Formats: sequence, C-alpha cells, structure tokens
Amino acid sequence: MNTVNDMLFHFTDEQQQFRDSLRRFFKDTSPVTSVRDLMETENACDMEVWRRLSDELGLLGLIIPEQYGGSGFGMMEMGIAMEEMGRALYCGPYFSSAMMAAKAIELMASEEQKTGWLPDIATGKLIAALAVAESSESDLIDSVQTAVSTAGGYHLTGRKKYVVSGCQADLLLVVARQPGTTGLAGLSLFAVSHDAQGLSKRSLSVMDRTRKQAEIELDKTPAVLLGHYGEAGVKLQQVLDLSAIALANEMVGGAEKLLEDILNYTQVRVQFGRTIGSFQAIKHRCADLLLAVELAKSAAYFAAESVGRETENLAVNASIAKAEASETYLLAALETIQLHGGIGFTWENDTHLWFKRAKSSEVLLGDPSWHRKRLIDELVRASGDQV
Amino acid sequence: MSSATLIEIAEQARDWLHENWDPELDLVVWRNLLADSGWGVPDWPREWFGKELSTAESSVVEQEFVALDVVGVAKTGIRMLAAATLLEHGTDEQKGQFLRGILTGEESWCQLFSEPGSGSDLAGAITRADKDGDCWVVNGQKVWTTSAHHADWGLLLARTDWDEPKHRGLTYFVINMHQPGVRVLPLRQMNHHASFNEVFMTDAHVETAHQVGALGAGWQVALTTLAHERRRADGLRPLAVAADAKARRKGRIYEQEQHETESVMEPYKWYPQRAGRVDLALPRAIETGKITDPVVVQELAKLIILARSSQWTAKRARAGLAAGRKQGPEGSLGKLAASNVAKLAARVHTLIAGADAMLEGTDSPRQGVISEILMSTPAVSIAGGTDEIQRNIIAERVLGMPKESRSDTGPFRDVKRN
Repeated sequence: MNTVNDMLFHFTDEQQQFRDSLRRFFKDTSPVTSVRDLMETENACDMEVWRRLSDELGLLGLIIPEQYGGSGFGMMEMGIAMEEMGRALYCGPYFSSAMMAAKAIELMASEEQKTGWLPDIATGKLIAALAVAESSESDLIDSVQTAVSTAGGYHLTGRKKYVVSGCQADLLLVVARQPGTTGLAGLSLFAVSHDAQGLSKRSLSVMDRTRKQAEIELDKTPAVLLGHYGEAGVKLQQVLDLSAIALANEMVGGAEKLLEDILNYTQVRVQFGRTIGSFQAIKHRCADLLLAVELAKSAAYFAAESVGRETENLAVNASIAKAEASETYLLAALETIQLHGGIGFTWENDTHLWFKRAKSSEVLLGDPSWHRKRLIDELVRASGDQV
Repeated sequence: MSSATLIEIAEQARDWLHENWDPELDLVVWRNLLADSGWGVPDWPREWFGKELSTAESSVVEQEFVALDVVGVAKTGIRMLAAATLLEHGTDEQKGQFLRGILTGEESWCQLFSEPGSGSDLAGAITRADKDGDCWVVNGQKVWTTSAHHADWGLLLARTDWDEPKHRGLTYFVINMHQPGVRVLPLRQMNHHASFNEVFMTDAHVETAHQVGALGAGWQVALTTLAHERRRADGLRPLAVAADAKARRKGRIYEQEQHETESVMEPYKWYPQRAGRVDLALPRAIETGKITDPVVVQELAKLIILARSSQWTAKRARAGLAAGRKQGPEGSLGKLAASNVAKLAARVHTLIAGADAMLEGTDSPRQGVISEILMSTPAVSIAGGTDEIQRNIIAERVLGMPKESRSDTGPFRDVKRN
C-alpha cells in the first residue's frame, strides 16, 4: 500500500528539472543586491524579470488552465515555483496575481470573465490581487464586513487591509458580505478596477519591504460580481487554503536557504582558534534546524501533492503545512541571526531580509495558533462523523 | 523502475503464492519453502535465499504477501540485523550456517555491543577476546541486550588489540549463547518491564570460524549492524495486521506464528507506549472534555503536526530509497523525529490527564496505558543511539560539519575510560 503513495510523493525528473531551471533563473535575476534595490522602490517589481517569468518560463500562467492561456499545472509545480522564489526572496507580485487571484478567478468567475482576465494574467499584462482581510484577526473570512449595495448594480463600501501587492494590482478581487451573515455564509466576490470611482489605495508601511501590502478603501465603489451572489464562501475558503499551501512552500524555500547560510558561515567564522561550526553546541542546533526544515518541507510538499485527492482534507493539510512552515521559517531566521552573532543583527547582513519575510509570512493568511485550532476543529469534526 | 516490470514481478509472486501457500503448513516447513524460492527475502542475493530485487520491487512482493495474508519469513528481534551484517561481511561458510535459521525462526539472535562503561561511545568496549589455540576466549560484560534470554547466537563486539587506537582494536564475532561461560540476567527498567538483559561472559568461547570480517575490523562491521538498526528505529514501520483481520485467520501456521510473536514480543509490549501513542491523544482529549481547553488544543495540534510531518518525511526518505538512493545517515533524522514526537506526546497526555498523571496501573486512565506512556517515553531519546549522538551524526555526516575533536585516538591502553 505504502509504495504507491511513496512514489506519488516523489518529485518526477521533469519536476526536478523545472526546479533546477528556476533556481538558476532566480539566482541570476533576483540576487540579493537586486532585492535590496527593489525593496526600496514603490512597486518592488522589476518589470523586465516579470516579463521573462511569463515569456521564458511560463510561470505566470503556471496553474491557469490551458484553455485560458496557462500551462495547466497543479499545486506541486506551484509549490516548486514558490519554494524557489522564497529562497531567492523574489519581490514581484507573483503570489498575489498568479496564485491567489488566478485561482479565485478560475474557481469562481464566469466563463466570459475567465476568458477576459486569465490570459492577461498569464502574460503578466494584468496584475490582480485578492482582498479579503479587514482586521488583524487570523480568521480572514470572519473579518469581512465590506458591504454591498445592489441598487443599480453592485457597489461596495468597506476597508481592506493587508492586501498583498494591492497597490500594484490593476484588478482587485474584493470579498464582501451580506448584512447579518457570518462565517462562510453571505459572502460574494467582486472585481474592482484599480481606478474605480470611490476607491483609494494606500501602501502600508510593512516590515517586509520585499512584499508590498496595501490598505484599500471602497466608498460605494462600482464592482462586478464573480459567480453567484452570496455563495462565494466555500470556494473562497478553498482559494485561501491553496494559497496557504503555496505560501508554506515559499516559506520552506526561505528556511532552507537560511540553513545553508548558517552552514556556510559557521564553517568560516573562527573563534577560540577553531571554526564555530566545530562546537557541538552549534552542530546540535544545526541538526535540530535541519530536522525542522525537513519536516516543514514534507508538510508543504504533502499538502501540495495531495490537493484534489478525495481521501484528503484540504483544510487539514493546508493548516498543518502553514503552521509548520511558519514556525520553522521563523526559527530558521532567528537561528541564523543568533549564529551570526552581532553581525547578524546589522542592516548590512542579509539575514534580516529573510527574517522579515519569515515574520510577515508567519501571520499572513492566519497565524500558526489559528491554523492549529482549525486543524483540531477539523479533526474533531471528522472523528464525530465517523461515530 | 518501469511499472511494467513491477506488475510482472507482482504477478510472479502472486502465482507462486497461489501454488505454494497453505495456512495448514507447518511454520518452519513453509519458511524453508520461502527461503528456497527466494520470495521470502526477495531483496537478498540470489545465492542466499533472495532474488536480488530492488527496494521498490521487493515492496511490491510484500504487498502480495499482505494481500493474501501470507506468513513471511521470521523478522522478529535482532535477526534481520544479524542477517544484514552477515550478508555484507560474513564468509560463505557463516552465511551457510546461519542465514536459513534466521529466516525460518528456528534460531534467534541478540546484539552484544553496549557495555556498562561504553554506551554512546560503543567503540570504547572493553570486553576482551583473547586467542587461545583455535578458539577465542571472551571475558567481559554487556548490557541493554534485548532477546539475550532466548537468543541462540550473539553478535559480539570485543577488543582483540589494546595497543591499537580504539576503533582499530575491535573484532566482530558470532558467539554461541548456550555455553557455561555466558550468563544472562534480566534488567528491570523504571517502567516495571524487563526488556533487556545484562550478559556476563566469563571465559566464554568463540570458534575462530565465527569471526566476522577481518581481525581489528570489528568497528566497520558493527557500523553495518547499527545502520540497519537506525533504519528500523524510525518508528514508522507498517503496523501489524488489524485485529479483525487476525480474527478471520484460520490455519495451523497462523497459530504457530501467533505463538512465536507473543513469546518474542512479550518483553516489548510497552513499545507502542514508548513511542507516545499519538493515536490516543485526540480521543483522550475528547473523552475527557479537555478538547475545550485552548492550551490542550494548541499542544495537541503541535503533536499531530509533528507526528504527521515525521511520517511524511519518512515517506520521502523511502521514496528516495525506492528511486535508488542508498540508505544513509538520514535515518538519524527519523530517529530524532520519533524521539521529539514521543516527548511531546507525553507532554500532551499529561496535559489531558491532569492529576490522573500521578496514577499508575489500573487506577491510571485507559487501564494504565497512560501511565505507561509517561513512564516509557524517556527511553526513546536514549535507546538505539541517544538524541545527542543522532545530532552529531546529522551534523557531521548529513550537513558536513567538522568532526568532534578527540582525545581518544592514541593506543586504547592509554585512553581514559570508566
């Protein structure tokens, strides 16, 4: 029985080649010097590299179905792409546009809307962003209060926060709620143009400058409905879970990169007449960190690989992957700073760039505690179903 | 490996089993058949009871055995470590003498490595073997020896040269456990069980033909045994046959196998508890109502996440093996993971049990299983190589970090020891 799953769990040669080519690409196009330059710019996106992501690698349409101009790959390939971007701290609006928004459109939009938007997302001509959260609560969906008025077309009024790449987006996908509803009920997804009437965007001052976020105010802003009014909840949850899986894969890429930094540094840094990597106190911490990184990778890979298998619970696997990756990435970042000593705390040392991405990703799309609570809720429900 | 070949192999195994398998056969007769056919240990060499199949191919064969609920070759205890070691380092004569008895279950084995004075530092063994004519005379004490009380043969690491550095003065032997010079005493543990023994050897004899590997090469040979031990210790071996499937079984061979398993496994019936019984954590939280406690929820989730990620990591490692990678020191990662799981599980079971964690035996929840978990999990981070040793192995052999500086590289005679 095990063998079949074991084999499924193994990256194919094609996937490995895909990973290798991405690693080379981001090493060339997203070296840390560029990351430092880009993060000080408003959009943190090198448009030339963005174009190459589409033209050379077909990455922007990676999970977009082929009939809409994409490559029609699954979450394993998305996971590989995100992991490699996470290693390189790639700054463009990939996660927001090619993952979150593209998936939301694929799962919820009408045929006409898909034909209208997805091919342009795949070429990079259109940048889209998904706006859900409205407060600092980890439960993004519960936080949604943006109101819809239906008189004379849809108009939205509310305020969205933590919108990843929100200021860069041409198209905003905004979740709104029917008054008096809670949870997944009464949610609808709307498309709003970046220059729509009554819309104002403000770039949030974020700790992780390599991933920009926006606050968006909507004041009776005209909007276009995706899917059925009031019925977006379940699909939206699915998009958020898939996004959490993609994010977890990005995070383990960053964590592994940091572990490599530690190994490199501790084997050249000399104190007391020996490299600090020869001290058992350091070796044991590295061994523990390797274990943490390997476990987090397994959870992220498994979550991505198991998407769509009927026997698997998407929510459970997504929450495991996200919680595990969050803890591990942060641990890796803290260990990297600690094992570099004083220099690890300087602006000049690159570690803080990854630390800040780790810190930001830790709480993006639900913090680890929230995902753990949700995991247990799901398991309790499942055990109740069995009784 | 192409799936076509895998399917063919599965068919061949199935055909052979259909022709030969009979639950009314005598256990030893059947296992001899398995040994002669090569289907019992298909990953072994052709000349020694196998078919030289790859890991992936062998697991396909294993699935056929599982599907038909066929009794396999004996695998309990140390025997498979003995077999792996003999296959790699033994003489043809030794393989001829021992391998069949290992597979049929007629002879059982123990591992005489650890000593009171050398636990993690196995190579510091001071049990001595001195050549006396055409035989070796062994004196010393071994400890933590599982199965010694019923073993016929022991894998013995003994010092044959005190002037060489410690790793070079050891030689590996097979010792007959049934002789006056070998005395076995059970060692009672903190959890009441006695799964291990102390073995005292006083002028015990080993035939010269039972030296495994070269004189002074005992450490290299022992590393083979240890590598296989760690691989097994990842705590993630397939579970035994479900109870309902067992109930449906009919045939003499199942009864014989059951008897064998029970007698061999009796001292180790606490092992599932040692691993932490993650499977009980959620049901216990629900049955006690502690599932509403936010702290329990968080810790329970951490446990489940850790346990599942460990399982998935073991799967990745197996997938790597199946794809042709060699068994490497990554086994240490699995061992360390299993240890972390057990420790966290004990914490969670304590959180859930509350004051009941003070009780044991039938006063303890789940008829004592909970107290047994709490009393047994401390063993996981020690047995089969401590966590600290695993971390050394991971750091040095997986991450390529510098080796520990040593003060035991001179002649063993001069090395400080207990």
